[in-house]
This record gives sequence, structure tokens and C-alpha cells, in this order.
Amino acid sequence: MLTLLLIFFPLAAAFLIFIVRSKHSNVIALSAALIELAISIVALVSFKNGDLEKLGANYYWIEAIGLNFYVAIDGISMLLVLLTTVLVPLIILSSFGRTISKPSTFYGLILVMQMALVGVFVAQDGLLFYLFWEVALIPIYFICLMWGGENRGRITFKFFVYTLAGSLFMLIALIYLYLQTPGAHTFDMEALYAAGRSLSHQEQSIIFWFLFVAFAVKMPVFPFHTWQPDTYTVAPTQGTMLLSGIMLKMGIYGVIRWLIPVVPVGVITWGMTAILISVIGIIYASCIAIIQKDFKRLIAYSSIAHVGLISAGIFTLSVTGVQGALIQMLSHGIVVVAMFFIIDIVYDRTKTTTLGNLGGIRNAAPKLATVFVITLLGSIALPLTSGFVGEFLLLASVFQYNHWLGAVAGIAIILGAVYMLRTFQKSMSGETNEITAAFADLKWNEKAVLYPIALLIILIGVYPKPILDISGPAVSNLLELYTNSFALIH
Amino acid sequence: MVSIETLALLIPVFPLVGFLLVALNVKRLSHGATAFMACGSVLLSFISAILVFTKLLSLPEESRSLIVHAFTWIKAGDFYASMGFLIDPLSSIFLLIITGVGFLIHVYSIGYMHDDAGFNRFFSYLNLFVFFMLLLVMGSNYLVIFIGWEGVGLCSYLLIGFWFKNQSYNDAANKAFIMNRIGDFGLLLGIFMIFIHVGSINYTVVTSTAQQLSTETVTLITILLFIGAMGKSAQIPLYTWLPDAMAGPTPVSALIHAATMVTAGIYMVARNNVLYTLAPISMSLVMLVGLATAVFAATIALKQSDIKKVLAYSTVSQLGLMFLALGLGAFTAGIFHMATHAFFKALLFLGAGSVIHALGGEQDMRNMGGLKKYLPITFATFLIGTLAISGIPPFAGFFSKDEILANAFAHNPVVWGLALFASLLTVFYMFRLLYLTFFGTVRANAHAMSHIHESPKSITIPLICLAILSVAGGFMGVPEALGGSHWLDSYLSPVFAQSKVLAEAHHHLNHTIEYTLMGTVVTLTVIVIIIAYLKYVKRNHVPAADANLSGVPKLLANKYYIDELYNAIIVKPLYWLSNIFDIFIERLGIDKIVNAFGGSVVEGSRVTRLSQHGSIGYYIFLMVIGIVLILFYTLLG
Repeated sequence: MLTLLLIFFPLAAAFLIFIVRSKHSNVIALSAALIELAISIVALVSFKNGDLEKLGANYYWIEAIGLNFYVAIDGISMLLVLLTTVLVPLIILSSFGRTISKPSTFYGLILVMQMALVGVFVAQDGLLFYLFWEVALIPIYFICLMWGGENRGRITFKFFVYTLAGSLFMLIALIYLYLQTPGAHTFDMEALYAAGRSLSHQEQSIIFWFLFVAFAVKMPVFPFHTWQPDTYTVAPTQGTMLLSGIMLKMGIYGVIRWLIPVVPVGVITWGMTAILISVIGIIYASCIAIIQKDFKRLIAYSSIAHVGLISAGIFTLSVTGVQGALIQMLSHGIVVVAMFFIIDIVYDRTKTTTLGNLGGIRNAAPKLATVFVITLLGSIALPLTSGFVGEFLLLASVFQYNHWLGAVAGIAIILGAVYMLRTFQKSMSGETNEITAAFADLKWNEKAVLYPIALLIILIGVYPKPILDISGPAVSNLLELYTNSFALIH
Repeated sequence: MVSIETLALLIPVFPLVGFLLVALNVKRLSHGATAFMACGSVLLSFISAILVFTKLLSLPEESRSLIVHAFTWIKAGDFYASMGFLIDPLSSIFLLIITGVGFLIHVYSIGYMHDDAGFNRFFSYLNLFVFFMLLLVMGSNYLVIFIGWEGVGLCSYLLIGFWFKNQSYNDAANKAFIMNRIGDFGLLLGIFMIFIHVGSINYTVVTSTAQQLSTETVTLITILLFIGAMGKSAQIPLYTWLPDAMAGPTPVSALIHAATMVTAGIYMVARNNVLYTLAPISMSLVMLVGLATAVFAATIALKQSDIKKVLAYSTVSQLGLMFLALGLGAFTAGIFHMATHAFFKALLFLGAGSVIHALGGEQDMRNMGGLKKYLPITFATFLIGTLAISGIPPFAGFFSKDEILANAFAHNPVVWGLALFASLLTVFYMFRLLYLTFFGTVRANAHAMSHIHESPKSITIPLICLAILSVAGGFMGVPEALGGSHWLDSYLSPVFAQSKVLAEAHHHLNHTIEYTLMGTVVTLTVIVIIIAYLKYVKRNHVPAADANLSGVPKLLANKYYIDELYNAIIVKPLYWLSNIFDIFIERLGIDKIVNAFGGSVVEGSRVTRLSQHGSIGYYIFLMVIGIVLILFYTLLG
């Protein structure tokens, strides 16, 4: 039941905001997001206590096509739900003090988005998953289109068409699997798993690629990423945060939940290829990040590099890799949200995100600089920050899978330091110039967003055990399922 | 009475608390309060380290190895890393040096940084550094060492770029961090290898199962670990960051870039002595890299005119000697030299800092000279440091350097000859530095000389303490040939016992040869001192301006153009590659294809749209054809 509440509470709040059209939509939205956070904490407590029935729900929805409204939370879903419910209030808070036209629409859309994101992470039915997946695209499309920057029409359209086209591949794959289910067909997850595993080697390979493309576009993984830098750059800050902080995790989650257990033979056949393109993407995106002149675009490319490593780690099909991926998803989520917010703050004060125009901000805004350093350390995976735990486990898993690929992927820790330190130096260090001389340090709402994130970056880095414990059993189950089904076939 | 485990845990906790107190109140605290907390926390650590050390001594030799488990850090699948600490003779020696020398340098910094606006920030970084350095040497597994390893790199970065308004200092900080990251990358891969092949990353497990690994595996592991050591301990080819790191305040150069952080590589190789002993190829590599670095860096130091740059290259060179010792299997000698070097090099850097402080920021020796009567304490202590590094008996450097040279001779006289060459170069450039700074005519400008004064007590007392250590420090390892018992050797023996068994029997030099070697070395050292005296004091030679140099001196003054070389073969190609990726593959390649896809869909729909022109009759016609086709299909099928 709690899961239903988690899905429908933000939707109800969104409708309230749409209807009331209050001047204080931002406050209402923040309150709703905080209540949602509280609900997710209650869910976490019952999850910890093992009250799984309390969490899930299963209703017939459209019997004729075998669609059930079946939702449940396991360790993997729990972490991603928490990521969503922690980040959404911070994202809403980050917009305080900025002028936003049509605020009720804006905040309502964010909450609709939250509904869809939570739905994606808890759906236990293939079609339901697909529906939430597509629903999530609608609010973010409007957020980018209505509040975005220059050229938003063209760029948002490209983003929309690109990801929609990607997910069509998933729909085709899901329908194909559905038709393989015995008797009156069903989209139930377990039934789709069984259907997928009964397929021939060749069919599994085809299904693998259909699903992979859909997820790879969403993440995005090289070479399906070209919509991303432009979209991140023109989207309003909150849109970029939603996209990079949470939405891209849908793709990664999709691989873990809806690809690996579905077509194990396909995964084993093409896993190496997937890792290879992920690793190419890591180095490729890191190199491009080095020469970016725009702060926002640079972070967009660095995000591609980080996500590439997550993807590579998952396809090693090892517990270390998948656990590393999960904790890195959380870390990347908070780090990238903080990073885009820092960029927003810089833009708010200076009206530019070109690194060459900045400099010396540290003199005027030491608090901002300190938070930036902590976020940067999380991004370059310094030990005792959240980024290290994930990247260490991921790199270890890729290295174990193949020494050469692991070593090449590891070069990213050097390149990451190159572009992040350069960014810090260009923006924060040096003497102030006429643009940055009067830079105002953090305001209350900015502190309220950035301080908790900085604290989380360190806490997760120092003591990641509680988080690894949440997902540990679920990951072992998932991989066992995978290994067993693989053994059955041979 | 507090247990040794609790004391061990407290050692890193004190500076961490000090850091948090200062860092969270950086704007509120007075300088006095900050100095009190920062120095006090390191002093408490030092006291705890002494207590741990004495408790360790009171235990029987075979049980002088304790593991303290604080909490489970990372656990995922088969991978497990505890936040655990290992207290044994090796780590206890490092703990004493880090906290002891660290405390003196903290006190020194009170005087050195007293009028700096970033006083509190400086002390917070310094405490954080001590915390990470302690983790580095205390970790009971490779991942805790890695926390310390990267953590000290971070603090080094923050402190090199401490005066962040100056972009060239920031460049130096970035360079240090990135070069260290290259080393860290090697270390990280080494840790992966250990995890994969041993299944555990605990030192004790790895050491006890090391013999089951194949030689290829051990060789690969040790080479990867050594790449980490090359970065952190500034060895060829990853040494160029250290001279640039002199951009940081001088106490930082003394603490981080001379006494402690840069010896992390020495610690790591010594800690893994069993693995290295099992990999003769890696041992040779360590030896060769150490020897090459010792000679190479010493030649560069000959022609530097910045007082701190000379000391920086000297540090690189001395670290090379330590690696030489480790590579020869003389692990104790390496650690011994690390310890004495920590005393005298910290002393020399702090002395140089005192001179710089007195001259209001002047670092060029060509603008110094004749300072001994203005700065008597600084001069006296600096002289002791110089004698110690030159290896004049009975100063500390004599014993430790002698042990390295003796081991080199036992291995191969050519190695001995090169090591001796490096140490004679050291004597020359150090006395050159001493004479140019303190002897001869005064060359500083009138403005600087009008303000000149001996440094305050907070600066001179640490100098005196370190000078005493530079005299007395050598007595922890007096060789048998000189009637000593080499206390350090027997204290460290449990750590290196297994390697001693594994290594082939060491050639032992008889006492006659040892005396001959010592005599030769000391005689040559005195001759070099006299040559330097004749050149820089008698003839009052002052180095020419860099622009007037040519030939070999020009090559040396420009550090063999290694920075320019790296720029040409690494930095530029990386940017070139990045531009290729960005311009050709990203924009003209992938994105063009994607847009072409989109474009063809738009084009395709434009064509298809032509069939949708709104004539009902046409639609019905098509529908009928469709129905007919379906009928045919079902009837025939």
C-alpha cells in the first residue's frame, strides 16, 4: 500500500497545484515533496522490518490484455525510490528565489514527473513499467520546452523524438515477450522473465539489442548520447537536475531489472560488446570534457563518462559491479544535482557559464567554493566521498572481467581530475574580475540544498554499509536468478 | 590504563577533530585559538604515538603486531574492506616521525604564517593532512592506505595552491594532483590485482599467502604498486611535480614535500617487502629507478638558484637513495634514511623558510649572502642540517647513508660508485647553498636588509629541536663495525623477517672493507666541501643570471627540459585527441548520422503524407483492395 501512496501522493499534490494556481505553488510543492520523502522513509522502515506485503500492491487493471497494476519494492527499487524522494525536494528548493513564469504549472509538472519516476522504479509488470517510462517523458518535455534557454524548441524536440524512438524498441521487445507467455498472455515480470529465457539464442540476441538501445538512449551511453549535452545545456536548471539526477537512472535501472534477467543468453553473448562501448564512451566523453569552454556542457560530458562506467560495471554481471552501480547511481545523482546547482548559482550572479569569463569566485564566495570542492571530490571519486565507493567497486568489477578494459576505464580517474581541477581553477581560483568581483555567497535556500548534499557525499563515503546492505540481498537474488536460468539453458 | 588499541585509534582521531573544529569555525576562531587547537591536537597524537611505541616495546618481539578494527567500511559481494589499523614496528616508527616532526612544523607555522589572512584555513589543511598521513601508515589493508594516499594528495593540492590568487601556484597544485593521480591509478590497479588473486586486501593475509602466487602475478602487482610510489615519492618519470610544489608555504614544503608525504612510497614498498622480495624483477626496477633518480635530480640541483628548488631536487635525489636501498633488499637502511632525512630535510626547509621570512619573501640565493651574522640561530641549525645531509660523522645522515652505500657496494661496486657520485653532488650543492646564503658579501637589497631580524621563538625552537634530532637521530642505527648494535635493525626485524628468509644469503662485508669505504666516502666529502668553499667563499662566485648560461649549465638550469618534453608528448597529444573527438567524431560524425536519421524520417513522412490527400473515394478504394487481399490470404492460406 505504501508503494501506491508513493506513486499517487505526488500526482494528487500536482493536481492540487494545477487547480489552486496559488502564488505559493513552490511552497506547496516543497511541502508535498517533503511529505513524499517522509512516506519513503516509512517505506524504508517497513522494508528494513521485512514487511514486504505492506509495501506492494497488485490489482487487475485491464484483464483483456493481462495488464496488472502490480507494484512492489525490493532493495534495488528502495534505493532508487529514496534517490527520487531525496532529490525532488532539493530540486524544488533550488528554484526558490529564481523567477519562474507560470509557477503552478512548473511545480505541478515536477511532481507529475516524480510520480512517473517512482512508478518506473516499482513496477512489476512490463506494460506498467513501459507506461510509467513514457509518462515520465511528458512533464520533462514541457519543462524543457517552456522554461528552457536558447534554441529550446529544436533541441527539446530532438531529445523527445530520440528517446521516444528508443523506447519504441523496448515496446516491441516487450510485446514480443508478451506473446511468448503461455495461455492468456500476461505482462507480469516473472512471466516475461520466463518467456525471455525460453527463447532461442538468436531471438535473445535480438531482444537484447532492442532493450539495450532503449536503455542506452536514456542513460545515455556512447554513441547514443548526442541529444544529451544540448538538452542539459538548454533545459532549465531544475529540468537538467531531474534528467541527470534521476531520469537517466531509469535507463540503468532498466538494464538491471528488465534486461539482464530477461535474456541471460543475449546478455552473455553481447555483454562484452556492451562493456566495450561503455568503456569507449568513458574515455571519449572524458576527453571531450577536457576541452569544453562552457561549465554546463563540461558537466554534461562528465556525466556521460560516469554513466559509462556504471553501465560497464553492470554488464560484468558480478555482485561487486551491480552493487557498485547502485551506490554510484545515488552518488552520481546527488553530485550532479549539486554541480548543476552550483552552475545555476554562478549563472544567477554572473549571467555567464563560460569558464573563461569567470575566476576568483573563491575570494568573494568561500562557502560556495567549499561546497564546490566537496562536490568535486565526490565527482573525482576521492576516498571517503560517496563517489569513491561506487567507482572503486565498478572499476574492480570491470578489471576482474577483463584487465585491459578495466585499466582503460581506470584512466578516467586521471582525466576526471584533469577536467574538474581545471574547472575549479578557472571558475573559483585566481583574482576576481569585473564579472565576479561582487559575487554574493550562498543564500539560505542555496545552503539548504547544498549543505545536505555535501554532508551526504561525505557520509556515504565514510559509512556506505547501510546503503550496500539495503540492496545486497536483492542484487544477489537477481544475479542468482540470472546464473540459474543461464545454467538451465545449457 | 587506556588500552593500546584505544590509543592507536586516538592517534588519527585527534588531528581529525582538530581539523573539524578549525574548519567549521574558520571565520570565528582567533589565530591563537586555532594555533592552540591545531598544535594541541597533533601534540596529543604525538603523545599517544609515544605511548603506543613504548607499549609495543614492552611486548615480546613476536607479538608486536596488533590489528585494531574500527568498523566495516565497504562490503559488496566477495569484496570486503574494514576500517582497520595495523600497529607494528614499521608503522610505529612512521607514527612517531609524522606526529613528532608534524608537531614541530605546526609550531613553526604559527610564527611563519602569523600575518597571513588564511591562517585558520592553513591550519585546518595542515591538521587534515596529518590525519590522512596517519591513515596511510596505519591502515591494515590496501584500501585504507589508499584513503591516506589520495587524502594526502588532496591536502598537498590544497596547500600548494594555498595562495590561490596566483594562477601559477594553482597550476603547480593541479600538476601535483594530476601526476599523483597517475601514480594512484597504478596503485589502484595493483590493489585490484591483489584482490583478484588473493581474494583479500588485508596485509596479513596477503603477506602470508604471497608465496602461493605465481612470479608473474607478484611481479605485475609490485610494479603496479611501485607506479603509485613513483608518483607520491617523486621518482622518475613522475617527479616533476615536486619542484613546482614549492609554490606552497615553506612549512608545507618541510612537512609534506620533505619529511612525510613523499616518503609514502618508501613506506609502501617496505610494507610490501615480502611481495617485492618474491619479485626480483621489481626489486631491480626499484633499485634502478631509485639510483637513476638520485643521480639525475642531484645534477639538476647543482644549477638551481631558488633556495627551495635546490632543496626540492635534493629531496627527489634523497628519496632515490632510499628506493635504491629498498631495491637492494636493505629495507632497514631505506627506513633509517627516511627517518634521518625527515629530521635534517625538515630542518633545512624550515631554515630556508626562516631566511625567506627574514628577507621578506626573497627566495633567490643570488640575492642573499652574508646572512650568518644576522641570523645566527638559523645559520647554526642550517649548518647542522647541511653536515647531516652531507654525511659527516657523527651527524645523522652519515650512518644512514653509509648503510645504503655499504649495501650498494656489497651488491655491485658500480652501483656503489653511482650512489657515491650522487651523494658527492649532494655535498656540493648543499654547501653551495650554504655558502651562497650565509657567507660572502651581502647581496640582498637595502630595503630587505633594513628589516632583517632573527626569526621569533616559534620558528627557532623547532629549528633547534630538529637540529638536535639531526645530530642524535643517527644513533638509532650505529653499525656493528663502529661498535653499535643497530637498534633500528633489530626493532624492525619482525617486519622484514620473512623477506630475509626468502632472499638469497646477503653478502656481508667484513669490517676492513667497511672501514675503507667509510674512509673513502668521508675523505671525498671533505674534498668536495673544500672545492665548494674555494669557489663560493674564496672566489666569491655568484651564479650567473639564467639568460647568460649556455651548454650543460643551461641544460641543468632548465631541468633537462623535461617539463617541455612532457608537454609535447603527453599534454599536447591529449588536447589534440580531445579536439578530434569533439569536432570530427562528435559533431561531424555521430550527431550528423543521428540528424540524418531524423531528417530521413521527416522526408519519408512528407512522401507518405501525399497519399493522405483527403479524398474519401480514394480511401474507400484502398480499403476494398485491402479486404480483398485479406480474403484471398485467409481463403488460400
